[in-house]
Amino acid sequence: MQVQFWGTRGSLPVSLNAEQLRQRLLSVLEKAAHAPAGTLDTAVGRAGFVDSLPFAMRGTYGGQTPCVELRGKDDATLICDLGSGARGLGNAKLARFGPGQPQTYHIFISHLHWDHLMGLPFFGPLYIPGNRLVIHGCHAELEAAVRLQMSAPGFPVDFSLVQGQVEFRLLETGRAYDIAGFRVEAMRQTHGGDSYGYRFEQDGKCFVYATDSEHKLDQEEQWAACIEFFREADLIAFDAMYSLSEMVSVKADWGHSSNMIGVELALAAGARRLALFHHDPLNDDASLDRLLEDSRRFEAMSRSRRPPLEVISAHDGLTVQL
Amino acid sequence: MELEAVVHPKANLVMVRGRIDHGSSMTFSELLHPHLEKCKKGNPPLILNFSGVDYISSAGLRALMIATRFARNQGGRLGIAEFQPLVREVFGISRFDLVIPCFDTLEAALGELA
Ligand SMILES: [Zn+2]
Ligand SMILES: [Zn+2]
Repeated sequence: MQVQFWGTRGSLPVSLNAEQLRQRLLSVLEKAAHAPAGTLDTAVGRAGFVDSLPFAMRGTYGGQTPCVELRGKDDATLICDLGSGARGLGNAKLARFGPGQPQTYHIFISHLHWDHLMGLPFFGPLYIPGNRLVIHGCHAELEAAVRLQMSAPGFPVDFSLVQGQVEFRLLETGRAYDIAGFRVEAMRQTHGGDSYGYRFEQDGKCFVYATDSEHKLDQEEQWAACIEFFREADLIAFDAMYSLSEMVSVKADWGHSSNMIGVELALAAGARRLALFHHDPLNDDASLDRLLEDSRRFEAMSRSRRPPLEVISAHDGLTVQL
Repeated sequence: MELEAVVHPKANLVMVRGRIDHGSSMTFSELLHPHLEKCKKGNPPLILNFSGVDYISSAGLRALMIATRFARNQGGRLGIAEFQPLVREVFGISRFDLVIPCFDTLEAALGELA
């Protein structure tokens, strides 16, 4: 099972601007000025130097909104959410399969907020005859929301004109489905208008997609249900949008969680890997690097005798093999 | 998890000991409440001495947030002093050090709050 992140930002797409990029170049050149003599004389040396830099200096977390691809055996493709990251995913699929090889895409929508849906009109395969998109979700308004998004005056191409075949399937919580060779379960989460997490299992591997979810610390039942849903997952994509202090004070009831809660839940669930996800547009690359470092420290402090939990931070383009 | 009031001329000083985690945060809140009620306008500040706290989780931090709000609403001053290094680090990671007055020493806390 392989998970590829195409969009990891919450709420709104963001990108580096000219001044941020200029500052970054300056900081890299500053480092280069202090590199040992000869390091930068060869291409291999230069690549090694760049790779040794902190992620926030050599890369970027990216700014597309949530879209995650899950590939299982037989090349089955599942997609979690259709944020702006879906554009890149669609283009990659078109480049790989072209119009001659129609595909089926099983899509799982956490909820109907813009940032999780805005990529659909830009998902290339939607417009190619023969392709089949099966859009799963737990909101009764799922189809209506998709149709509304692709209608005047919001978008020039009406949904009725797309050439691909689109089906909508409503899922329920509390039961397991067999979809494209995966065992799939949904869980209701605390978020404005509700959101749903999804648990995917195949051949003993498990991926949990759990974004846009607030975890209230005084709701014991919900806390326990979440641990059960995360149970021994190999990877959890977790809404780590806010710091804990923001989450329980000024941004309480805004429907998002924090890195520390993610670590606590994942440790309690005996999960193997936690990916911080749904990054706050307010956080730049350096802040996200620090957040990851903090999360790893907190994991080490909180682990006690439990097996270690690997904490990573999702970035656009990241691929994780389970 | 235990709390012990210590006589001090300038503050309501409370020694806190143990782990404040998901299992014990309710007990912590209950034990703290009588001290919090005295933390109001005109009274000396409530200072929690954390030197005996070895771990604090999100639930414990939330309990502290509620306590701070309670104190502030009745015009009281509340601070935490003398952390073990790991616990001080958790306050930084959670950004709670930005919303709850944190001090390295009791003297520093008294200097600021008393
Ligand atoms: Zn969102
Ligand atoms: Zn949302």
